[in-house]
Amino acid sequence: MAKEKKLRKQHKKLDLTLSYILLTVLSIFWMLPFIGLILQSFRSYATEYGGMVAYLLPKQFSLDNYVFLFQPENKFLRWYGNTLIIASACAIIQTLVILCVSYVLSRMRFHGRKALMNIILVLGMFPGFLTMICLYFLLKEMGLTQAGAIPGLILISCASSGMGYYVCKGFFDTIPKSLDEAARIDGASRAKIFVQMIIPLSKPIVIYTALMGFLGPWCDYVFASYVAFGYSDSYNVAVAMQRWIWTNDYQGYFTRFCAGGVLIAVPVTLLFMALQKYYVEGVTGGAVKG
Amino acid sequence: MNIVKAIKNIPSGIVKKGKAAGRAIAGFCKWLVNDIKDIGVTFKNGDWKTRVSYLIMGFGPLMRRQYLRGIMLLLFEIVYIFYMVGFGGSYLTDFGTLGTRGRGFNEDGTVYYGDNSFLILLFGLMTICYTLIFIFVWRVNVRQNKEAQMLLAKGKKLPTSGQDFRSLFDKHFDKTLLALPVTGIAVFTALPILFMICVAFTNYDFDHQPPARLFTWVGLDNFKSLLSWGQGIGSTFFSVLLWTLIWAFFATFLNYFLGMGLAMLINKKGIKFKKMWRTIFVITIAVPQFVSLLYVSKLFAGDGLINSYLMQWGWISKPLPFWTNGTWAKVTIIGINLWIGIPYLMLIATGLLMNIPEDLYESARIDGANRFQMFRKITLPYMLFVTGPYLLTSFTGNLNNFNVIYLLNQGRPGSDALGAKAGTTDLLITWLYKMTVNDTNYKLAAAIGIMVFIVTAVISLVVYNVLPSVKDEEGFQ
Repeated sequence: MAKEKKLRKQHKKLDLTLSYILLTVLSIFWMLPFIGLILQSFRSYATEYGGMVAYLLPKQFSLDNYVFLFQPENKFLRWYGNTLIIASACAIIQTLVILCVSYVLSRMRFHGRKALMNIILVLGMFPGFLTMICLYFLLKEMGLTQAGAIPGLILISCASSGMGYYVCKGFFDTIPKSLDEAARIDGASRAKIFVQMIIPLSKPIVIYTALMGFLGPWCDYVFASYVAFGYSDSYNVAVAMQRWIWTNDYQGYFTRFCAGGVLIAVPVTLLFMALQKYYVEGVTGGAVKG
Repeated sequence: MNIVKAIKNIPSGIVKKGKAAGRAIAGFCKWLVNDIKDIGVTFKNGDWKTRVSYLIMGFGPLMRRQYLRGIMLLLFEIVYIFYMVGFGGSYLTDFGTLGTRGRGFNEDGTVYYGDNSFLILLFGLMTICYTLIFIFVWRVNVRQNKEAQMLLAKGKKLPTSGQDFRSLFDKHFDKTLLALPVTGIAVFTALPILFMICVAFTNYDFDHQPPARLFTWVGLDNFKSLLSWGQGIGSTFFSVLLWTLIWAFFATFLNYFLGMGLAMLINKKGIKFKKMWRTIFVITIAVPQFVSLLYVSKLFAGDGLINSYLMQWGWISKPLPFWTNGTWAKVTIIGINLWIGIPYLMLIATGLLMNIPEDLYESARIDGANRFQMFRKITLPYMLFVTGPYLLTSFTGNLNNFNVIYLLNQGRPGSDALGAKAGTTDLLITWLYKMTVNDTNYKLAAAIGIMVFIVTAVISLVVYNVLPSVKDEEGFQ
């Protein structure tokens, strides 16, 4: 009996050791690209050029690439600012739109509710890029392309954001309806219930929605490049970095891309980590309810 | 097993859906007849205020001192008439031909500003939609008159403008909240999609660019060339479609099971620093994809770090063709997608795994079940049940996963077996994108877009009917 216990203990220990080894190996795999990105962003441009090289560790560390980014004539700061403006605007407006739509669909029963939900579902099955040329034309008519691309992009990403109501509505559905009814008996109007009761109760989902709205524009390449076409002052970081790495001299711009990537990734990653709890709540809620 | 039974039910399910659709159409016809009858009856029984309202919207409410409603309805009618006379009407008349003569020169050398098919199609559609909305509002106008008359006949008071206004924040709060979002969806999603659906039935491409060269309706020609083997690009279309499905399958299910495995590994009793492990993996979600994917794509390039190191160590003599050989590229992409997708699934699974009651495992252990049996009998059914809808959305999302493919290698490498400039790793969606941006082949792009819609809709419909968690919400207890 004692022998068996010892055996089991040994077995468990072996099991744990193997698990640790596996986790460590996986972690290295997962971290390697980021370590590479950071290391190469510090490679000296003056002595080792900015191209792709066959070694990971720079021979000489320097801030050359970062200095380059912070020079105003290289426009990186402008692109960064553009993206920040779009992301902040999207975070606020999209959250408001999604909250409104979700509240109505979760709480109110009106003629055409089911039809509206079905239409949104069907529209969502069409690939988004399909509408690109049409949207471009609409924006151009309003003067919101090239030089006006920033408000144009905000308009496009917010106009249809009501279609992403699923997670938020799922959350509202879990708030008991009896709360509403009690408030209505006390004479509160729907608007008052929405603003003073539902929204304060929905802090996690508000943060989740705003976070998603904020993160989206950082990766928006397709539409941003189409709308800002040829007008570099209106690029966002994704478009600009893409051009750096895809133009034929990306050899020279490779380490600059790395530095830019680090400057973009660090704040976004920190924000994400800080709000991770809400993100998990949102995605698991969404995953479960679909 | 349940799934087999569910799949067997699909044909009968489709028949049921068909019958339901038939019933819905019959119901709609009945409703339409009744509605028209009601309009007539309202006119017959209406007083002169109601009858004038049939022509001048809002007249009745204005005479009955419901000024807010009356003015809104009247304004709506005036705007509509101005729109039709000054703008929309002319586009509607050209809608059938999409214009007859493009921009060119008159005989005396002056510029002739002809029609523009693009504008005719877009504004024609807009006018049609606007007209439908107008008919709807006109019907509301008639109904409101009827209701007002009935209220007055019963000796009750009509709601005043102030009451109407306040109800927008209470009883009719839905209208207030939905007004802007629904308008946004209509103008910036629904209208463009309708437009592109129409484009799929025209010959709008590089050779037919308005205003100089007009395009016109061609019926089903684009779909014929997309689906036919001979002169068309059917073989290209089907091989791209096949790879799209294969990709979506691997991207969804490999990520799903490996992500769940990782979550279980970290959740295991006795593993310390759980939070630290999780954080390491979560970083891939947090870093914007264009940074991480572009970097990784260069990592695997011919002169990238991986090939360089492998050559320095003498393991290979020439670079591995990660991006230049079709099969290699496909495998590499699926592999890199694991790097992105596993952490995501780990996050979702971690929370859910903790929800499984511990005593289920406890009793299984007492019954002598080993770890694999416990996984198969407890963990997996639970996870599949709870995440069924997620798997569906994730699958359809992967069908349209533009970023991973496009940022990694833009659908390259090309292949002689594929036409219309499709690459070996192109998904339908990246192919569509290239057609729009590089080749301005809008007609085919639109046709492909509709095919993507059909594939997505069919898969969603079938899976939705198979999923246990949708059918039976209380199933897993």
